[in-house]
Parts: sequence; C-alpha cells; structure tokens
Amino acid sequence: MENQAITVKNLVYTYPNPDGREGIQVFQGLNLSIGQGSFVAVLGHNGCGKSTLAKHFNAILLPLGGSVHVYGMDTLDESLLLAIRQQVGMVFQNPDNQIVSNVVEEDVAFAPENLGVPSDEIRRRVDDALKAVGMYEYRKHAPHLLSGGQKQRIAIAGVIAMQPKCIVLDEPTAMLDPRGRQEVLQTILRLNRESKITVVLITHHMDEAALADRVIAMADGKIVADGTPQQVFPQVELLQRVGLSVPETTQLLYRLRQAGVDVPLCALSVEDCAQAIFSCLQHSRQNRRTET
Amino acid sequence: MLKDITLGQFFPGTTVIHKLDPRTKLVWVILYIVALFLAKWFVSYALVLVTLAAVIAASKIQLKVILRGMKPLLFIILLTAVLNLFYSQGDVLVQFWIFRITRQGVMNAIFMMLRITMLVTGTFMLTYTTSPIALTDGLESLLGPLKKLHVPVHELAMMMCIALRFIPTLIEETDKIMSAQKARGADFESGNIIARAKAMVPILVPLFISAFRRADELATAMECRCYHGGEGRTRLHQLRYAGRDYAAYALGLVLVAGVVALRVCGL
Amino acid sequence: MTPIIELQNVSHIYSAGTPFEHAALQDVSVSIAPGEFVGLIGHTGSGKSTLIQHMNGLLKPTSGQVLFDGRDIWSDAKFTRQTRFKVGLVFQYPEYQLFEETVYKDIAFGPKNMGLSDDEIRARVYRAAGFVGIDKENMEKSPFDLSGGQKRRVAIAGVIAMEPDVLILDEPTAGLDPVGRQSILQNIRDYQRSQNAAVIMVSHSMEEIASNVDRLIVMDHGALAMTGSPEEVFSHAAELVALGLNVPRVTQVFMQLEKLGADVDSSVFTVEQGAQQLLSMLKGGGRDA
Repeated sequence: MENQAITVKNLVYTYPNPDGREGIQVFQGLNLSIGQGSFVAVLGHNGCGKSTLAKHFNAILLPLGGSVHVYGMDTLDESLLLAIRQQVGMVFQNPDNQIVSNVVEEDVAFAPENLGVPSDEIRRRVDDALKAVGMYEYRKHAPHLLSGGQKQRIAIAGVIAMQPKCIVLDEPTAMLDPRGRQEVLQTILRLNRESKITVVLITHHMDEAALADRVIAMADGKIVADGTPQQVFPQVELLQRVGLSVPETTQLLYRLRQAGVDVPLCALSVEDCAQAIFSCLQHSRQNRRTET
Repeated sequence: MLKDITLGQFFPGTTVIHKLDPRTKLVWVILYIVALFLAKWFVSYALVLVTLAAVIAASKIQLKVILRGMKPLLFIILLTAVLNLFYSQGDVLVQFWIFRITRQGVMNAIFMMLRITMLVTGTFMLTYTTSPIALTDGLESLLGPLKKLHVPVHELAMMMCIALRFIPTLIEETDKIMSAQKARGADFESGNIIARAKAMVPILVPLFISAFRRADELATAMECRCYHGGEGRTRLHQLRYAGRDYAAYALGLVLVAGVVALRVCGL
Repeated sequence: MTPIIELQNVSHIYSAGTPFEHAALQDVSVSIAPGEFVGLIGHTGSGKSTLIQHMNGLLKPTSGQVLFDGRDIWSDAKFTRQTRFKVGLVFQYPEYQLFEETVYKDIAFGPKNMGLSDDEIRARVYRAAGFVGIDKENMEKSPFDLSGGQKRRVAIAGVIAMEPDVLILDEPTAGLDPVGRQSILQNIRDYQRSQNAAVIMVSHSMEEIASNVDRLIVMDHGALAMTGSPEEVFSHAAELVALGLNVPRVTQVFMQLEKLGADVDSSVFTVEQGAQQLLSMLKGGGRDA
C-alpha cells in the first residue's frame, strides 16, 4: 500500500442538483489505484466524469460512498485536508483563472505562504520551482503579458512550490497552441522522470496520452480500458464506441489490418509505426519474389 | 480603446519609490491627499505639484503612461471644471444670456482641475509602483488593529488584490466580447443614450457570466493551493521598514506642515 | 472569377506612435475564392487573428486595401457594416459571447441587426439551428443551461444565421472531445456545401486541417509564409517545424518510411490516403519497397 499514491475504493458520487431535485449520478462504485511515481493519462469524452474524479484526488470533492485515500490519508478526514492538498497539486485548463498575483514569483509563493513556510524557505522553493519549469528569468514579470504555455508553466510552478508527491493536471494544454503544448508536456515529463513526481494527466489529445506509462479510458463514470498505451490504443472499436479517437499512427495500422494486412496495432510512435510498416512491405516483397 | 486604461496596473521596477515599504506608500498617499486638500492658493499647489513631479521622476514611470491613464477621467475633470466655472458667486468677469463667469469661478475651476488631476495621479503612482500583493500586505498590516474589532481585514485585502489582478484580464475580455458582438452586427456607436445603454447588454451579460465563472475557478484553484484564510500565513516578502521609509515619513510630514504654513499665510 | 475577399498589401500596426508599437501584419496579400475551404495556420502571435479581423472590417488596415467582391470595404460606412454580415466571424470560444434569455433570441441577434423581417429572421434561425444540430425543443431554453459543446453550436449558429458568403472560424473545435470536434467540422462542411460559402478555418490541429481544407495559408511574424494545397504545404515539413508548426502524424510516418528506404510517396496527409497507397503497394501494385 505504501507505494500507492491514490487509492479509490467503491467511489459513489452524485452531483448535487441546485433545484433540490435528484442529482446526476457520476460514479457508482468506482475502483482505481495509482502507483507512486507513475505517469497516468486519463481519457474520456466531455462529461464522462474525469474532472469530477480528479477533484476527489485532493479533497475538493468528497465521496458520498466508498473512499479515496491519498498516500494513506482518508480524504473524508477533515483534519488531514491541508496535508492532502499539499501532497496532491492540481493544475487546471485555463491558466488565467488560477494565477492569483500580478507578479510571477509572488504567485508561485502563494501556496507555501498558505502553508506557513518561513520566508527564506519560501524564497528557496519559489526559485527552485521556477527553475524546474524553466521560467526563472521571468520571476518579476506580470503573468498576463506571458504566452499561454508560459502561464501554464507558472501555474505548474505554483503547485510544485508545495513540494507535492503527485500532480493532477486537468486538460492543461486544451487552450494552448502546439508550441505551448510542447512546453507544458516536456515540463510534465521532466517532473515525472527526474523528480519522480506522480503525474495524472487528463487530456483529449491521444498523442499526449501516448506519452504516459498507463492510460485509463473512461466513459459515463466507468473505466472502460486501463493499461499501457500499447495495450489500450489497439482497442480501436471500443475506444471509438465510447467517443474517443486513437492516434493517427494507430488509425493507419488499424486500417491496414482491416484490409487483411498483418501489422501490430501497438506501434504508437511515428518511428515504431514506420518500422512496422516497413518490415511488412519488405516481407510482402520477399513473398512475391518467391512466388515468381 | 479599453486597453488604454492603465488604472490599477503595476509597472515593476527597482527605483527608490518601488522599494519603499507599501505601508510607507499608503501613509504617504494619505498625507499627500491631506496636503492637497489643505492647499489654498497657487504657492501651496505648486509645492504639492513639485512633490508629485519629484515622485514621478524618481519612479521612472513614463509621463505618457500616466497621461494615458488619465484619459478616461478627462470628461469628469472637464465637467467639474465647467460646473465650477459657471456656478460660483463673486465678481463678475463676463456675462452672457443666463451665464455668468466670475473671477472666483475661474479660480475654482482651475483649482478643481488641479486637485482632481493631482489626486488621481498621486494614487496612480501608488498602484503603478506597488505590486498588488505588496499593497495588500501593506493595507492588511496598517489595518491590522481593526481585526480586534472583528473587521475581516485579511479577507478585504485579499479581495482587493484579486480585483487588481483581474483588471487587465477583464479588460481584454471586454474587448473580445465587443469584437464578437460587432461581428454579429451590434452597433455601439450610434443612437441616443438609451439605445447605447441597451447596446451594452450583449457585452455586460457575457462579461458578468465570465467573471463569475472565473471567480469560481479561481476559488477552486486557491483551495487546491491550500488557501484557508489569513490564519498562519507567512509571506515571501516580509514587511520591514528601512532607513528610506523613515526618511519618507519625515518628508511626508514636512509636506503637510509646509502646506499648513502656506495656508496660514494665505498662499 | 472575382475573389470573394481580397487583401491587397495589407499592413496593420498596433499602438502606432507609442513605445508599444508593433506591426501585426506586414504587407499581406491574400485572395479567397467563393466556395473555397481555406485553412489558416501559424503559432500564437503570428498575425492570424489580426488577419481574420481585417476580413470582416473589425480592424482597419494601417495601409493597403481589403476588397469584398471586388469593392473596398472601407469605401463607405454602410458597406463596412454590410461586410460584417456577409463575412461571418466566429471567434475563439464563441460560447462566451452568448447573452440572450433563449437560444432562439441569441441566434436571432445577428439577423435582427441586419434589419430583416420577423418571418425571414424566424426562417434563418431555424435553418441555422438545423445546420449545427440544435433541436427545436432547445430553442426556448436558456443557452446557459446547455452543455459546453451545445453552447458552442448555438454561438456558431448565431453567425451562420446571417447566412454569410464567407464563414471564418477561429479554432472552432478547441477544447472539444473527438466526437464533438468531428461533428462541428461536419456542420461547417454542410454549411459550406449548401450555400457555396467560402470557409476560412484557423486551427492548431494539422490533422483537422489536412482532412478538411482545399488550400492552406501559413502565417509567421505577421507575414504570409506559405500558401498552397495541403500536399504542397505539408511537403515543406522542415520549414513548418521551424515556424513552430508541424505536419500530420501520417505524413510523419511516410517521411520516416522514406528515410528507412521505402519507395513511398510522402505527399500523404490523411489516414485514408496513406492506407490506400500502402495497400496498393502490398497488393503488388506499382510501387515497391
């Protein structure tokens, strides 16, 4: 159990309805555990419950049934609230709506300030966090003048300054251009590989999910596929049925397989896919030669 | 354009004015306003104006920026001037139809314009040279004693800080919504006042909705970063008075004393 | 054929005469033919948004001319306003501009501003709603009670209801899930075909661009960097990457195949094209590995 970052058991959750009528049920007994140090991508159509699930990971939402444990701490235990939120940092889609201050470094300092960290320690954490996301030279800048990718990196720095063991990112690249997306993804990957921070990445982009160690596909509050990207993406029919697409590399291989060509569906990267097709082409040439 | 509004913006810098403790600057603004309202005649106004000019020069904030910030207030300034011009009693200089301009009216108009312009510019200098968080810290610390009377000082200070942070964001948003509605043929430029006020609905409704959505998301993001009110909070930059702050306090008192002295002399 | 929109040497300078002065567009000449589906790509700050706001007269060029149907849109104020109706512009995240009490009223805002009769407005609102798949029973609901994807549809319908000859969309699929993306793109294509309207779509997704557009315009630093069919533009992969852009993943796979020594034609930019080519090779047709 110690090497589990997050353990969800029989989670039941219903969205309260403002009119006092019966709410909308999101989860009916969801089970999931996320290992410390892993990089998990969560996929799902809009409204499938991914964001609701993420908000259970740091006690923004509390289970109505079942339990969520974060590094062994029960999120229902109110006395552990700050400890839980300090362990599991959260980054949202719109960077503009999570930056508190007009100065980059003061924004990054916000969380440690809330945690009552002494001033010189805050200074050190802020500098380290800004260096970790490559934004140190912008520490005195005004956030609203930065690009989307830069703002999102500031938001990530603001979370790292809490020194969490886990970061949950809810569609952090949805509002960014390709360059901004690259910046953010590389930052996330580096944090996972070098600082061993557990990453939960919620995304609509299949090529982003392909970077993870583990992919979880959700539909209507249930997990429909769970495994390595090489295990999940080949399930093309299933994913399409629940409103998800697969990376273009998989689409191409799937299309070839449908036409009776024997290619592996698990070649996700451009290189692997090209290699798989190349050996298939060579193989068919040899076959034809032997025939003639 | 709306982007010209520089009110509440902060221009980072390293000048003496930037480095002053926010509490010093807040108290200074109060002293400055007191001086401005005690000023009676040209000499006293000149003293306050020179002080303001010195502060602007020391802060290295460009005059252009300040003037741009004044633009939206031009109408109010002119209106007060005109009202003062025509509605003051005294020695008549010019008279036509029902209007009468008096010597006192001219003086009042001039002083009114000076007073408003200098008042606004002075307070601008505070926000231009002080980051919102520093400003909040300063306010919170100065108003600290009120906590004993159960005044939510920290909450008020935080609210102010966030409001300042979101001014540029909401201005940008207003511009965007205006363009989007213009693209659907909305017309903000023609028609009488009522038509124009009505034309604002397509801007104000989305703007309010967006502000609420942002507020909601920000609140969640703040909670995620362990925000739980002012209790037990520490600060990155702790407020500490330096020599320059004591010097500034002294100069502020000298300014007020000077204006009082001039007032007594009727200057 | 006269282009429906033509920009002749358009430059636009923001905050001219201040220290913040910068040229957002520099000497851009573009023409769009009626019925054409054009993709507009470039990284943030390359001038895409400024460019499209010139096309419907929201921004006035600092120098150069913008012609609609051969006529300068700034030649008189009435024509400028008319151009706004003929060139419909859907901004990024258009759902944030909704403001009316009901879906119907919101879609009707544009047609109403055009001064059309009530019957005509009604007809247009229902036609527009039909294009984007908004059901009749949703017409009297508040737009704010709808889901995110549906709100976006209502907002797009609000522009389509003006029945513009040119429909410009700035990242219409941003933030939607794959199914939502596909269906909005289908709606746009439906509108284009039935009205023979020109469509200009800004997108960051090369895959989306590749499978929809007839022609591509690539912007960089306020200038036109490239224009041409997807085949032509995507064959300049290295240049695109240097501009902070990319080519579709399928094209990347084919370029990698070429590198490995396979005799493939890498001017492929959709999965279907790629699959066809590979299948004909595997079935012993023309090309060989």
